Amino acid sequence: MSTETATVAGQRTLKMRLWRGDESGGDFATYEIPAQEGEVVLDVVHRIQAEEAPDLAVRWNCKAGKCGSCSAEINGRPALMCMTRMSTLNIDEPITVSPMRGFPIIRDLVTDVSFNYAVARRIPAFQPPKLAEGEVFRMQQVDVDRSQEFRKCIECFLCQNVCHVIRDHEDNKESFAGPRFFARLAELEMHPLDTLDRRRLSSEQFGLGLCNITKCCTEVCPEGIHITDNAIIPLKERVVDARFDPVAWLGRKITGKPDPTPAAVAASFAPETLEQQQAARALGKVGSHPQTSGA
Amino acid sequence: MSEFETHIVDVLIIGAGGAGLRAAAEASAMGASTAVVCKSLLGKAHTVMAEGGVAAALGNVWPEDNWKVHFRDTMRGGKMLNNWRMAQLHAQESPDRVLELEQWGALFDRTPDGKILQRDFGGHRYARLAHVGDRTGLELLRTVQHRAVDVGIEVFMECKIVRLLHDATGAVNGAVGIWRETGKFIVFGAKSVVLATGGVGKMYKFTSNSWEGTGDGHALALWAGADLIDMECIQFHPTGMIWPPSARGLLVTEGVRGDGGVLKNIDGERFMFNYISDYFKAETSDTIEEADQWYENKRDFRRPPELLPRDEVARAINSEVKAGRGSPHGGVFLDIASRRSPEDIRRRLPSMYHQFKELADVDITKDAMEIGPTCHYIMGGVRVDADTAAATVSGLFAAGEVAGGMHGANRLGGNSLSDLLVFGRRAGIGAAEYALGKSGEVVIDELQVASVTAHALSFFDNDGSENAYSAHQALQDTMQSLVGIIRTESELVEAKDKLAELSERARVVSVEGHRQFNPGWHLALDLEAMTAVAQCTTLGALERQESRGGHTREDHPLPDNEVFGKVNMATSFVDGQVRLRREPLPEMPTELKELFEEAH
Repeated sequence: MSTETATVAGQRTLKMRLWRGDESGGDFATYEIPAQEGEVVLDVVHRIQAEEAPDLAVRWNCKAGKCGSCSAEINGRPALMCMTRMSTLNIDEPITVSPMRGFPIIRDLVTDVSFNYAVARRIPAFQPPKLAEGEVFRMQQVDVDRSQEFRKCIECFLCQNVCHVIRDHEDNKESFAGPRFFARLAELEMHPLDTLDRRRLSSEQFGLGLCNITKCCTEVCPEGIHITDNAIIPLKERVVDARFDPVAWLGRKITGKPDPTPAAVAASFAPETLEQQQAARALGKVGSHPQTSGA
Repeated sequence: MSEFETHIVDVLIIGAGGAGLRAAAEASAMGASTAVVCKSLLGKAHTVMAEGGVAAALGNVWPEDNWKVHFRDTMRGGKMLNNWRMAQLHAQESPDRVLELEQWGALFDRTPDGKILQRDFGGHRYARLAHVGDRTGLELLRTVQHRAVDVGIEVFMECKIVRLLHDATGAVNGAVGIWRETGKFIVFGAKSVVLATGGVGKMYKFTSNSWEGTGDGHALALWAGADLIDMECIQFHPTGMIWPPSARGLLVTEGVRGDGGVLKNIDGERFMFNYISDYFKAETSDTIEEADQWYENKRDFRRPPELLPRDEVARAINSEVKAGRGSPHGGVFLDIASRRSPEDIRRRLPSMYHQFKELADVDITKDAMEIGPTCHYIMGGVRVDADTAAATVSGLFAAGEVAGGMHGANRLGGNSLSDLLVFGRRAGIGAAEYALGKSGEVVIDELQVASVTAHALSFFDNDGSENAYSAHQALQDTMQSLVGIIRTESELVEAKDKLAELSERARVVSVEGHRQFNPGWHLALDLEAMTAVAQCTTLGALERQESRGGHTREDHPLPDNEVFGKVNMATSFVDGQVRLRREPLPEMPTELKELFEEAH
């Protein structure tokens, strides 16, 4: 800590380039501000707001990496502003902070993330079995571990922001829910008490098949959730199982037996998914549920 | 007059934390049309910051536990200033509220036989906190959030309520708000309104609260004519981060101590053994040997003093630092590294491990944490009826941190998440029953709306001499230094005068730029709520000439059970001024009183 913080402290000047503007356009504005010890990017943005730009729009809440409000792109890298320490950046160069590119701009660093809330509303509710009066659920820790990993999600939407299926192809948003919601579907699918079969709808309604497992989502997740390996690939595998062997699926759901290794599943899936994606793009639309075609 | 959009509902809920969403689910289930309005995006509320767990006498780990023990712990922790009926309902109903979360998809950590695991926390006689590692608040909020979405409740996100509306009789019948994104006005007509706005931490400099904790609900209630009680009772959580400066105030969960962590001063001494008050002597270990055996055997050994209620621990830390035995950055050490294996620490306290690693470059499996008290929670709040959560003004209800009474002078850890479930539900029922029983259409008084919108826009016309950020900073400095953890008459009088000045400064704040997503404007509006609340806190602190729980007077260091132990400090708005009066504390029935006489 001492060497890093010493670099930032000592009355050095930070050159911050913050994106200012709205849906009609904008540009980076440069602010020079003295460095202070131990700060994160959000601290510096707040000081600029308090001292130079009182109307600078930025979303934040907990400032502790627990609420997922302050997502942005710092020197082009998607991250939470509250968890990015200045000492990890090269302050000899100007530091740029821009809004998430995957969502429409509202103002300055604030984007319109309503797409995510619209998808969330489409996911069918958790459906537990009926309990008798006075009965309580019994679950083993090993069985809740898998879904608990996905329930760590703080909904910062950085995974949605970097997923190239929507980042580069805005029109895919109609048919593709994105990594955050594949993790949500996987969470419910692997929930020991959920009785609804979510495999078919994962591909038919939420476009699971369009994901070609590039793992960009996993790389940016501030909670370290293994979205690709633990949510998307097993979910894809279960989707196929639904077609071929419902009994095996049911057995696994009941016994909590682990899914096949991610690598094996990835190997068996990637080509098919890519092909489907290309086919869909060639048709000029992606709402054709490629995963289930021919099923 | 400024243009606005209008929405008419039966029940309007202000705040989308645990209490607000739980209330919404209940009101909606009762058939009331329900809308939720919140300042942030859905799912970002301060509830996510709750770490350790939700207290409920499920008896999964210690079958001896039951609601009576929980009730007794809660009242004793609150130094008997609690509304006994709220504490009773809370202890009786919290197990059902926790089990209900499982039916909505929550996944708590498990015992070996598959039940919900419970952990130890300060002031709770038995391991009682249902939890998910150290991110229980997130689990709870997601669960009620999904529930609210599943039942189709309409949520108005990023919308700040400026004032409540009332009818000719003074009953609350709606609210005026601002869309943060566009700066346009939005008006709600509602037969009843539930306040679930959380706390007031942002009036202090060092706080665990997010930007939203600006006392909006407290101020809305006050301006609408409702009573607040015991606003001087503020919890300074003993363990906040103190280094680096930017992380100062961030919460370090009590779970660290519940799981074996101990407090040490610069000499390496476990100093808490020197601070066991007479009140807790009988149930607290007085040797390290005894304390260390308690984690495994609660029947034969007494609890370690590190797990005394939060007010006791915070004062002890304060005294150690004052005596020159503090850590390099002015706190003390919280050590779990020497007490548990690295694997255990990472598994049980993953987000603490992450937080210290990322923000302070400290590996808590190897080194002690440096911690000190941080403003965390306000026990005082809107005065409510225990059973219905109704405030003292018709049509208005309150639940969660914004409501007062439940926690008395000091809240036990884990009792907040259970509070917001129990009373969130009760407020939902109370507000829905009131709304469904009320005949006639809601009529919005456009003159009231016009006066609120004109007031909100006035900040753009002010002359530019006052900046919202510097006025806010001045407020935080005043409260931190004069109405902080240890108080005294002369400083409180000084604070009272300064707050009068600050209210005037807050009124003339001028806002730059335009109405679209303008944080300077939003802060100006939050600031008027904070200054009103700060006045209530200061008046209450001045009037309560004793020390009790989260209110410590250097000039009156002992509790005064004969006078102040029998009254609530009620503040209300009279002729545009905050006024204070003493109100008798509701008296506990004999059969409950007996619980405090039994040997334990």
